[in-house]
Amino acid sequence: MRITCPICGERDSREFSYRGADVALRRPSPDASEAAWDDYVHLRDNPAGVTRDLWHHAAGCSAWVVVTRNTVTHEVLETQLAADEVRA
Amino acid sequence: MVDLIAKSPCDGLLPKTMDGISLTEVEMTSITSVAPFKGREGALSEALKTAHGMAFPAPNRATGKEGARAVWFSRGQAVLIGPEPDVALGRFAALTDQSDAWSVVRLDGEGVEEVLARLVPIDLRPQSFKRGHTARTQLMHMTASITRVGERAFQIMVFRSMSATLVHDLETAMEGVAARG
Repeated sequence: MRITCPICGERDSREFSYRGADVALRRPSPDASEAAWDDYVHLRDNPAGVTRDLWHHAAGCSAWVVVTRNTVTHEVLETQLAADEVRA
Repeated sequence: MVDLIAKSPCDGLLPKTMDGISLTEVEMTSITSVAPFKGREGALSEALKTAHGMAFPAPNRATGKEGARAVWFSRGQAVLIGPEPDVALGRFAALTDQSDAWSVVRLDGEGVEEVLARLVPIDLRPQSFKRGHTARTQLMHMTASITRVGERAFQIMVFRSMSATLVHDLETAMEGVAARG
């Protein structure tokens, strides 16, 4: 699989480490309900199809990248810097 | 007072030459990481030009020349190699001395890309990786900084602790290419 880092360009997936679903970008507020925190910490979807997850370009520029990809076809549909998404 | 003897990272390991390709250690010099403060990239670049004669490099690029080079090093960071950083840079960027932390070697010769093609997962051929281009990528299992510094020459940097592995991996690749004739 090849992932296009928004900074470095198209790279082999061996340069990246996988974090997991992009829920980490949507942390509930400290006073959110127990249910919201339970969902954030423990509950994950396991979609067959389009998913969004976080990859760290560990062996490259060290940016966190949000990768939109299809788990069925292995297509990488879109990549963007997690930092841009958080600021937006 | 004990008189300490300075040792370079590849002391006793280099130089090596094989089939017209030479692997040499770059003489130890000042290495400083330069991380511009938010919104001060432009001012830093101007200060860098005034003090050391090169602009702050864009991602995947290196500026300057032999002896005074700025190499893009990761997101929002470059390293200044050669000169002691001018104090003026400190107004616009976080400066950290890295001089003893990196092993810097130079791989030089005809067909040098064939050696690196055995170790590095990106295309380093001249049509896609020109002089002044740099990349943070892998060399075998190590993270490395690779910069084209000449028509047939690359500068390669890895963590100092990995010097012996770096030399071993490059030597093995050089042998492999040489054996093909």
